[in-house]
Amino acid sequence: MHPAFSVIFLTTLIGAAQGMFMALVTGQVYSMANLLEPQDNVTFYFAGSMITLVLLGGGLAAAVFHLGKPSYFLTRAWRGVTQWWTSWLSRELIALPAFMLLVALYGVVHYMGWTSPLFVIKGVIPVDISLIIGTLGVLMAIVLYVCTAMIYVSLRFLQEWHSSLTVANFILFGLASGFTLTAAFSAWSGVDLVGFYGTWAVVFTMLAAITRGFSMLRNRRIKHKSTMRSALGIRHTKITQRSMGFMGGSFNTREYFHGKSNATLESVRLFFMACVFALPVALLAASNAMESEYLPILAFLLQYIGLLAERWYFFAEAKHPQNLYYQTVG
Amino acid sequence: MTQLALVIDLNVCVGCHACVTSCKEWNTSGWAGPMVDQRPYDADPMGTFFNRVQTFEVGEFPNTETVHFPKSCLHCEEPPCVPVCPTGASYKREDNGVVLVDYDKCIGCKYCSWACPYGVRELDGMQKVMKKCTLCIDRITDESKPESERKPACVLACPTSARLFGDVHDPDSEVSVMIREEGGFQLMPEWGTQPSNHYLPRRKTRIQIFEDELERVDNPLDKEHPLPAATGDTLDDVTF
Repeated sequence: MHPAFSVIFLTTLIGAAQGMFMALVTGQVYSMANLLEPQDNVTFYFAGSMITLVLLGGGLAAAVFHLGKPSYFLTRAWRGVTQWWTSWLSRELIALPAFMLLVALYGVVHYMGWTSPLFVIKGVIPVDISLIIGTLGVLMAIVLYVCTAMIYVSLRFLQEWHSSLTVANFILFGLASGFTLTAAFSAWSGVDLVGFYGTWAVVFTMLAAITRGFSMLRNRRIKHKSTMRSALGIRHTKITQRSMGFMGGSFNTREYFHGKSNATLESVRLFFMACVFALPVALLAASNAMESEYLPILAFLLQYIGLLAERWYFFAEAKHPQNLYYQTVG
Repeated sequence: MTQLALVIDLNVCVGCHACVTSCKEWNTSGWAGPMVDQRPYDADPMGTFFNRVQTFEVGEFPNTETVHFPKSCLHCEEPPCVPVCPTGASYKREDNGVVLVDYDKCIGCKYCSWACPYGVRELDGMQKVMKKCTLCIDRITDESKPESERKPACVLACPTSARLFGDVHDPDSEVSVMIREEGGFQLMPEWGTQPSNHYLPRRKTRIQIFEDELERVDNPLDKEHPLPAATGDTLDDVTF
């Protein structure tokens, strides 16, 4: 497939945002259980929610440029929520604003300091309104991860994507980058949670390396179901295209192929494997040892750039069966 | 239920592209607005087409065969492009099974084109909405036209009648009979999309002739091998 930068930015930005929101709520739950120091409502939870919201807004802005014309966002995109019964894209278009709303509410509740417990479960767990919204937000983040991934998984003839590994990758990459970002945010705002978030970030990055490793292995060995024989219905082992019917370009020659050499693909793969997995883990480990406030930020930036490359590779490695019809100009 | 579709006879198609040009002509000047061409006379022309004729070579020289292969939307009975559309712009008509795009609802997200294994949907370069073969829906449903003209432009244009049009759900229609009796097949059956358009394979017409059938053994004009002279009784002598 041809990698679309709008979708690359959308999926990586909202993935990191969902991960960061889950990191914030995780921190809140830990501090409620007295496993972590409680953090400031405004400088930590509110500011964190705003960063999440900015990332989500950036993703949404990128998505606008995926539309045929950006103006369709105002005139037509509202119809995108109508087909949720059948379309994963429609479900994503519902889940994303719903998640943004919950994140905004979570931020507002913390900013206003409405954190006195509403009730206490079994005398030990104080439940306040931010915990309720946070829990709903975490659930919505998971729903959004699944919707985003299922957009790709549900295309059964794009066999590279049609695997549960794709869902695992989207969730784990989001969590890894989100927790790394929260570690960077903690380091930058001088909160003593770098070790906590950094450790989780390393765990999620390692898990993502495992699932992505499996999916790359799977895609390397994949046997495509469609062949020239099934595409044309002609029972012969040697079928050569002599003309695709036109000499210029068309949508079919632009949209379904990345247009780069195998060597480029391979170097993108090595680049993202270094930037997403190896370097952030090393930097987070180093920051833990050196107590540096810049290394986690560097770790996040590197991992995010790596994720852009990973998402590019994700699109490029999927081979669309329609390309069987477009092999030779003529 | 009616399911309108094309049956394309690969045995008859000569690859003249008349269906391509007539399709473009009818649909670019028709009800749905232009199918935009960009830089048509420059080095890198682009354009929207609903129908293409491709050419393939089957086999290895000298045992090769050229196959001209017209390719357009197959109007699947289980169209994978329809359920993925987030806006409902992509739909399959209830009354005749034609898969269409509502150009006023489409947001140009291209998801349906990813979801089509055949690559028959094209994003219009200017209007930025997804377009595809409509089976000339404005022609075939136009009751002001005589019955004989209520057919897609490509079918009317084909000089060799390689394209047939009709209801593939009616077992007695011309298209159903051709599919049944001439070995009609579907493209990429492995995805379960149930394309309504069918293709008829290349067919060789062969008669079986043996050596002795080419030359009569008892050829009365054969001078080289005169007939053996009759000796003894003939059949006439011994029968009544």
